Amino acid sequence: MQKSAIDLSDIQEDTPQSRLTIEQRLRNWARIKSPWAIHYNSGSCNGCDIELLTLVTPRYDVERFGVKLQGSPRHADILIVTGSVTFQSKDRLIRIFNQMPEPKLVLGLGSCSISGGVFHDCYCVVQGGVSNVIPVDVFVPGCPPRPEAMINGLLVLLDIAKGKRQKSDYNQPTIVENPDVVEAPLNAPEENGEK
Amino acid sequence: MTELQEINKSTSAKKYIVPIGPQHPALKEPGHFQFTVEGEIVVDATIRLGYVHRGIEKAAEQRNYTQVLYLVERVCGICSHSHGTAFIQCAEKLAGVEIPPRAKAVRAIAGEIERLHSHLLWLGVASHGGGFDSMFMYSWRDREIVMEILENFFGNRVNYSVNIPGGVKEDITTEFIDQVTPKLEYLKKRMEYYLDVINTDITFRQRTVNIGKIGKVETDKLGATGPTARASGVARDMRITRPYDGYDLFPVNIVTDDRCDLNARFVVRIKECIESILYIIDVMNRMPDGELTAKMPRKIPAGEYMSSVEAPRGELFYFVRSNGTENPDRVKIRTASLCNWGTVVSSVAKGHKLADMPMILSGIDPCFSCNDRMVQISRGKNDSEVWTWEQLRKYGIEYYQ
Repeated sequence: MQKSAIDLSDIQEDTPQSRLTIEQRLRNWARIKSPWAIHYNSGSCNGCDIELLTLVTPRYDVERFGVKLQGSPRHADILIVTGSVTFQSKDRLIRIFNQMPEPKLVLGLGSCSISGGVFHDCYCVVQGGVSNVIPVDVFVPGCPPRPEAMINGLLVLLDIAKGKRQKSDYNQPTIVENPDVVEAPLNAPEENGEK
Repeated sequence: MTELQEINKSTSAKKYIVPIGPQHPALKEPGHFQFTVEGEIVVDATIRLGYVHRGIEKAAEQRNYTQVLYLVERVCGICSHSHGTAFIQCAEKLAGVEIPPRAKAVRAIAGEIERLHSHLLWLGVASHGGGFDSMFMYSWRDREIVMEILENFFGNRVNYSVNIPGGVKEDITTEFIDQVTPKLEYLKKRMEYYLDVINTDITFRQRTVNIGKIGKVETDKLGATGPTARASGVARDMRITRPYDGYDLFPVNIVTDDRCDLNARFVVRIKECIESILYIIDVMNRMPDGELTAKMPRKIPAGEYMSSVEAPRGELFYFVRSNGTENPDRVKIRTASLCNWGTVVSSVAKGHKLADMPMILSGIDPCFSCNDRMVQISRGKNDSEVWTWEQLRKYGIEYYQ
């Protein structure tokens, strides 16, 4: 007998809760094969960034696992943050995190993202690393981590997405408060353009 | 004139501002650019930096010299050896310590391996900016050879910290020389192949020849350094004009080009790689004998010293003032990327198509984490010269919010 890709046997039908679970499992099934990642440097020394870039080049090639670096946060499943968080990129990091569609995963690369690393008491750095700004699922230690360690981190992240590993608060959608960004008022449509 | 033509005329005269960054697929690091375009032609460009300002210069004052050495290596992960060398040179000169010749040779070799890895990295990123992705993949595949050398020898792929106060950590053994020489010879062949590609590939030549031109006089005036200056015929190289550790014993050849365009910047960097390979092989085979370290005191005598190092991107300048304690009193860093921004913003970018911008930007090999320093301009007499820790912290927080 062939096993189906999504196991729905333990779900009772016609309850509002089960519908949610079915939806979640469908979503997971759809995205774990090809998670798209977005990279943001929030104050790193470039060490982790150049090592992250080796992942898309021939020797390490994470496209084997379907992972692809993507430009827009709105298309991404994984946010890869490198480095300590400086005060100026803090707001931008929160904005990128909020722009990503739910469910989202965050991977923190390097010692700096864990605790601030060598920059731990600099005056312009958020104390205590990335997890004080946005919720992080997996950290990869190292200064910088080896590409193999980064691949391992990505696979652990995918295991979390599959539900093989537990993360206590994973099922709740996480909302980080938007920074106070003064949005420019939209201009009225110009007369020339409408004709 | 019909109505439609009138509309076309009124819209074509309009200027639009295209914002890029801080998070953008073409940028690996955060920086914000605003290009004012008329149609497709860029008429003005402004940059806003500071997203990676971490306050390293201030933090250096609270750590001792050994700790600061590891801190300044993290100013930039790509040219970490140059930062470490420039800083520790100052400390050694202040303490009156002369490092042994063998340590000097190891420092020079490490510096050249770093130049190789940085230029190969740049070659990939710059050709990626021009849409030449096969070159990106090729050069990064070859860069792994350099990374292997770095890892086998120094123990880490990036931030390898060869320097310690008073010398170096690792020795160049005969095994290492036997292992490295064939790899370097293979790399040399690859670099000659890349030189051939960028000079013959028609599509690539169309994207680089006569793009981003900047004259020799203007380059000199804007204070550009490194390969950006050398590609415009300005012979500026700290390894030759002010030889430091290693380069005083083993001189290096300078590479210049007079064509001043983007293609010249590619040619200069690739030829520099070939020079570096020849230099490493040469120095490895006539290593001076002797110790690797000299005794270095913990407390550095009071005084001031400036040192310049030729990083892969250009001149890297360090100023260190000591007050006789274990911690430096002041560390000032000026990096090459900051000097080179002027060439892009003031002249190169204007008059080109928007599609050329990624290549022109990456043509100077920008490194954002290098160039985010704080500058306070003093106006009026009442500004206090000395800032307290609280003032500086408050200023940093307010400025960046």
